[in-house]
Order: sequence, then C-alpha cells, then structure tokens
Amino acid sequence: MSPQEVSVQEKKPLSPNEERTEAAAFFVPYTDVHETADDVIVTLEMPGCTRDGIEITVEKNVLKIEGSIDSGAYTDVKPIYTEYNVGNFTRSFTLSTQIDSEQISANLSDGLLTVTLPKVKQAVARRINVQ
Amino acid sequence: MVLRMNDPFANLFRLQRALDKASRNDWFGSRTSSRGAYPPVNIFADGDDFVLVAELPGVAKDAIDIQLKRDQIRITGTKVIDYDDEASVHRRERQAGQFDRTLSMPAEIDVDGARATFENGVLRLNLPRAEHEKSRSVAIN
Repeated sequence: MSPQEVSVQEKKPLSPNEERTEAAAFFVPYTDVHETADDVIVTLEMPGCTRDGIEITVEKNVLKIEGSIDSGAYTDVKPIYTEYNVGNFTRSFTLSTQIDSEQISANLSDGLLTVTLPKVKQAVARRINVQ
Repeated sequence: MVLRMNDPFANLFRLQRALDKASRNDWFGSRTSSRGAYPPVNIFADGDDFVLVAELPGVAKDAIDIQLKRDQIRITGTKVIDYDDEASVHRRERQAGQFDRTLSMPAEIDVDGARATFENGVLRLNLPRAEHEKSRSVAIN
C-alpha cells in the first residue's frame, strides 16, 4: 500500500451567523475529538497562535476556544504570492454533563492545541467482574 | 476560567487586505503547477529577499526536510496523528500522511544564506536572492 498523502484543507471561515465586529478574519480550526477511559480530548489545529494568544473559557457548559495569531511577524514584508489566508481561530463546543469543567487543561505544541476534558467520576465506566 | 488578553487587530487586518490583493496572481507564471499541493505557501518580499511561509500544524520539527537547489525549494515530510489505541474517535477532521512539494522560484536563491525556523506550527524560510541575481544600479556618465 502506498503511503497516504496529505491533501490541502482550505481554511474554513466562521459561519455568517457567528460573525464578529473585529477587523480580522476568523477561521474554524480543524479538530479531532477522541475519548479515553478518563478524558475527552479535543485536538485543534491552530498554526501561528502563541500561548499568550490562546483563550479558553467555559461558560454555561459551552467550551469556547479562541486563538489569535502573532501578526507581528508580517509587518515589514510585502506579499507577492499567496495560497492561504491568515487569521485568528475560534470554535465552541457544548459540553455534556459528564465533563468536570473545573479540571480542564490545555497544551500547545507545534500549532496544535490539545484540550483535555476530564470526565466526572460517575461518568467513568466501571468494569464489573462477574464472580 | 480565562487565560489571556486581547491584542489590536489593525496589523492583522492590513495583512489580510494585502493577502486578498495578492491572491490568485501569476507570479510563478508557468514555472510551477503545484498550486493545490500540500503545504500551501505564502511568499513575501523582504527587500531583495524572499520569505516563504507555510502552516504545518501538528508536524514535528524533525519530520520536516527542506532541500534547496538553485531556484528550487523542496519541502517534504510526514504528518503523524497518533491517538491512544484504546481511544474512541468522535470526530476526525484532521489529516495525516506524507507530503512532498517542490517550488521553483523566479530567481536563484543563495542556498548558503537561507535560514529556516519552525514555530507554533508555522514554517518560515528566509531565502536571500543569489548575489548574481541582484540588480546593480548603473551610474549615468
């Protein structure tokens, strides 16, 4: 089997009903969600975002992730050929009651934001041994 | 739970408008037909030099290989997505696999003077124009 190639995913702009007043484009980061025994893990692709530019809030069971990019890197240069747009990222998720929102943690590495949402104890599946 | 502050957007807005203006031009002419290949690139002029920027989120620095030859830039690598085998996947939007892209610049590059950085998933190549490609001003006698 020949190895799979990465294909280009055009950045997804924010849908019109979520539009903002800031003078900057917002994109919806490509995201994977997977669940382990103890956590739900959300992995978002947010290239160009710095740690200081990431804001994670939980309000009324909505997890909101925003990332602003460091546009300072582009101040003295003039674009001559472009294939993709650059902007901030935002995405929201409604959390199920199974998530312990007090214990959410996040890690940023190589443009990948990993948010770990621990499940509340009752939601962790227990294996029952048959005697 | 709030981590961080806002920063002004004016800078970004300027970049955005410039990007919109520069998009879909034929700067490469017929040299490269690899538009649509991964990774997408933006190329900037910094004086005489070129700056190539590409987004490679989730790719490890060691998994990226850059080769320069005359006017050619080749970016190859592998993007790996590795989740726990036990995990159940609820949503999968990210893509993994190999990539290999070659670009021919419209001028030769000073290969020894080129520099690359990879920060926050963004690859940035500083590509000085080769000395013999630089224009000289001629004094009028």
